[in-house]
Amino acid sequence: MGDGLVQARDLRKRFGTFEAVRGIDVDVAQGEVFGFLGPNGAGKSSTMRMIACVSPRTSGSLQVLGMDPDRDGPRIRARLGVVPQLDNLDTELSVRENLEIYGRYFGLPRRHVRAKAAELLEFARLTERAEDRVEPLSGGMKRRLTIARSLVNDPDLLLLDEPTTGLDPQARHLLWERLYQLKREGVTQIITTHYMDEAEQLCDRLVVMDGGVIVAEGSPAELIERWSTREVLELRFAPEDRPAAADLERHAERVEVLPDRALLYTADGERSQAALHAAGLRPLSALVRRSTLEDVFLRLTGRTLVD
Amino acid sequence: MTALDTATRAAPGWARLLPGGSYAGRSRMLLLRSATASRRTWPAIVSGFAEPVFYLLAMGSGLGSLVGTLPGPDGRPISYAAWIAPGLLAASAMNGAVFDATFNVFFKLKYNRLYDAMLATPLGPVDIALGEIGWALLRGGLYATGFLSVMAVAGLLTSPWALLALPAALLVAFAFAAIGMAATSFMRSWQDFDLVTLAVLPMFLFATTFYPLGVYPRPLQILVECLPLFHAVELMRGLTTGAVHLGLLGHLAYFLVMAAVGVVVAARRLEALLLR
Ligand SMILES: Nc1ncnc2c1ncn2[C@@H]1O[C@H](COP(=O)(O)OP(=O)(O)O)[C@@H](O)[C@H]1O
Ligand SMILES: [Mg+2]
Repeated sequence: MGDGLVQARDLRKRFGTFEAVRGIDVDVAQGEVFGFLGPNGAGKSSTMRMIACVSPRTSGSLQVLGMDPDRDGPRIRARLGVVPQLDNLDTELSVRENLEIYGRYFGLPRRHVRAKAAELLEFARLTERAEDRVEPLSGGMKRRLTIARSLVNDPDLLLLDEPTTGLDPQARHLLWERLYQLKREGVTQIITTHYMDEAEQLCDRLVVMDGGVIVAEGSPAELIERWSTREVLELRFAPEDRPAAADLERHAERVEVLPDRALLYTADGERSQAALHAAGLRPLSALVRRSTLEDVFLRLTGRTLVD
Repeated sequence: MTALDTATRAAPGWARLLPGGSYAGRSRMLLLRSATASRRTWPAIVSGFAEPVFYLLAMGSGLGSLVGTLPGPDGRPISYAAWIAPGLLAASAMNGAVFDATFNVFFKLKYNRLYDAMLATPLGPVDIALGEIGWALLRGGLYATGFLSVMAVAGLLTSPWALLALPAALLVAFAFAAIGMAATSFMRSWQDFDLVTLAVLPMFLFATTFYPLGVYPRPLQILVECLPLFHAVELMRGLTTGAVHLGLLGHLAYFLVMAAVGVVVAARRLEALLLR
């Protein structure tokens, strides 16, 4: 049915008695960048591993590239690119060899992988380090190499599990730029992340996942529009003159009180701020910003994404 | 044929006997990987070759001058060096294979997550098991070839049957590598490797490498006869001295069973550990 690259229905994964993925429905279309956004333990990696055909599903149906992972695992994997959550580069090989040998695992001919490796080294900006061992590379370089490696078989579908976790901002932006280039080239991508900015930057469509279930689905803009207000007024108060939540709620559609600050969800932050001032409330600081997926997540689960 | 057609080519017929997708028929790519990696680790390979030669010099020439001759497998007296050399040949096949299939495999399994990376490609657990065992076998074969050459030069090969000692050494290496890899898949930490030493070292010393079975009382003889290295030594000693008899086929069968059990257990365990 359909021309989706991934189609899951009531997909479940149990480890012993613990159910990590508790019945999710997913459709990923050709050419899109699809995201799983959720905190640690949400079941993102478990889902990705099932899609990558390295973890058998417990129940439900799953089609990847129109095939069933239980039956056609190797044929599906031949057309996937996988960037696992933890780098698993071959530390006994050089940077270039990591690409060439990995390509050979796919049965690609020597000449083909040699040319491909040169091209991917350029793509990952690692040509200068081609003959070095992997160990001394920085975290960002290793990640870029892992992404380059995942492209060695010209995959139809790229699976990226937390591609930028643990990287500094500069390395992240370089990676995002590379992923964006792939998107322009038409490579379908599935990305997991617990960074809302990453999800907003990269994903055409995403699902918010928590506790093994999908709690919302849509494009970043749709999700924000549906589950949050246009603007957010962030307030910090001195501990002694913290107002009651009820006093804040009068000036916003919704209020979230976090340990360190209060968030007022409102269509017009400036106006709410003026109204608060008129009511005699004096926060230490006040900041008006646009709603993000972080706010969506807070609304849906009552918790923050990254703690 | 395009590159991708090659990549998705079906596995050979017999592989359909295995659980779906566990064998892509591409284990030689692991040999390629190991060969590439070993370009940087050749000192380890050279030392594995030198060790039995040192033993032969120390024991064969040194001790041998005190011992003189021992009765060979067919009862004719042979020099002590000619007597222990096939034992050392068997032991070097064992040592090389076990080392590769235990320490090296454990490192790749737990620290490198190398096999996780491989399983994300069309490769399956059987490719990995066969590829790694195959490399251990090649390494064991290299040692055996080197050591057989030393034996030839030293005049310790007294029969044309000795030519068969090489394929026999390969089978022995294969079987030890397979069992070693299967055992490694059950290990939780480096501490467990003391058990490997505990299994290998006494075998090396007591499984008739250095002196005949006859020195033991009968109950101990039975125990020694159960050990794989004993069968390897018997096999080698029969071939290098030309004392060939049908009983050697029994020793061969021992290793065929050991190799088959090892490959199946190793592949199953890899699957259970990595494809959860
Ligand atoms: N192999 C496993 N065995 C047992 N529990 C697991 C295993 N893998 C993941 N889990 C558990 O499943 C839950 C979801 O994990 P995971 O899919 O890694 O989440 P995420 O990637 O969203 O952080 C976690 O509670 C984790 O501890
Ligand atoms: Mg994860």
